[in-house]
Amino acid sequence: MQDQPTPGEILAAVARFLREVVAPETAGHTSFNARVAAGALEMARRQLDLAPAAEAAEQSRLAALLGVGGDLAQLNAELSRRLAAGELDLATPGLAEHLWETTLAKLAVDQPAYWGYRAALAERGSAPD
Amino acid sequence: MSDLGEALERLARRRLVGDGVEGLARLSAGATQEIWRFVLRDGEARTPLILRRAPGGTRVSETAVGLETEARLIEAAARAGVPVPPVRHVLEPDDDLGHGFIMGFVEGETLGGRIARGDALAAARPGLARQCGEILARIHTLDPDEFPTLRRSTPARLVSQYEEAYRASSWPRPVFELAFRWLAGHCPPPAARPRLVHGDFRNGNLIVGPGGVRAVLDWELAHVGDPMEDLGWICVNSWRFGVAEKPVGGFGTREDLWAGYEAAGGAPVDRDRALFWEVFGSLRWGVMCAGMAAAFRGPDPTVERAVIARRASETEVDLMRLLAA
Repeated sequence: MQDQPTPGEILAAVARFLREVVAPETAGHTSFNARVAAGALEMARRQLDLAPAAEAAEQSRLAALLGVGGDLAQLNAELSRRLAAGELDLATPGLAEHLWETTLAKLAVDQPAYWGYRAALAERGSAPD
Repeated sequence: MSDLGEALERLARRRLVGDGVEGLARLSAGATQEIWRFVLRDGEARTPLILRRAPGGTRVSETAVGLETEARLIEAAARAGVPVPPVRHVLEPDDDLGHGFIMGFVEGETLGGRIARGDALAAARPGLARQCGEILARIHTLDPDEFPTLRRSTPARLVSQYEEAYRASSWPRPVFELAFRWLAGHCPPPAARPRLVHGDFRNGNLIVGPGGVRAVLDWELAHVGDPMEDLGWICVNSWRFGVAEKPVGGFGTREDLWAGYEAAGGAPVDRDRALFWEVFGSLRWGVMCAGMAAAFRGPDPTVERAVIARRASETEVDLMRLLAA
């Protein structure tokens, strides 16, 4: 068992250091990139926290929707193939719901502040976060 | 002083009618090309200028027009009455600065969020969408025959170009598949009269002051095709900066954009085509973002690249709202 603090806690601390110390004490391109780097670490931290449960749910939805087994990459490749071939579309029961759940789970990691994501949550009546 | 600084010193004396340069600083804007700001000294006079050049001095991508062509586009646009920064010098091999050009510095706001929401531009905002329409009408008067090296595109060819780029990434994206099917089913025929299209006319590539648009930047994606593409692209969700009810760049309405376009001599706006290009625009930006993952793992392993790659999912939620709401 690895010791504490957790990777998520370490990433959060480095992100704070970049945002609160490096960015204000540097200028121009370096300061800008320090803020970008802080955002990147916060994204990685959210992925560590959120992706395991979201991807497990995604995998079981895909298995049910497609009627086949496989890992997440294989199942997404199969879903993509069937959509491209027109074998599945938005009229397919469960498809739209699956795509919505998957997309919102990705945004919760990538860009939780993106206004299009907040608007989608509001339209769908889900509470953010 | 750096190699770049020394080369600019020589250039200032040989080509720009100056004594030297000072205050050389890289600007953070421009993820695909280097943009530098510097000040030209000429006796007591001080003139701020911009150097735009490709990293390593070469062309940045297959789709970019090349910086020499970009400079010529800007000059032609200026003659057509489009607000652009004045081109001062196109780099030559013995300038030792690679490929690129030097242009005048235009004072004003370029950050999309401040243009869409900032107090400083509150008075300018109501007129911006109409003005963008007028500017696009002027851009679409440029003669495509003057630029024979620009790509010639049709809607169907552009869709397949981006579909190929998506397939080359070998990363499955069911939402993109859905969007490609929709575009295939709604693809309009080629424009009756193909025009010179800016290709990246949006909030973020404009310099805005209290009186409105002062300059149109970033001509590297110009091509010849359907002029409605430019009118759709500026409405893509990604450039609204949180102002949902103002589809044109987060500052105006489609009706104002279209009215300005038609009043300034643009062809009557085809609403269905504009919607097609808006959906295409979201997908196009998504494919461009997704492609950053390969650039990040290849020639440009910067944090900025990594972060832009992860913005592809923003366009997935936008596409879901457009197609599956």
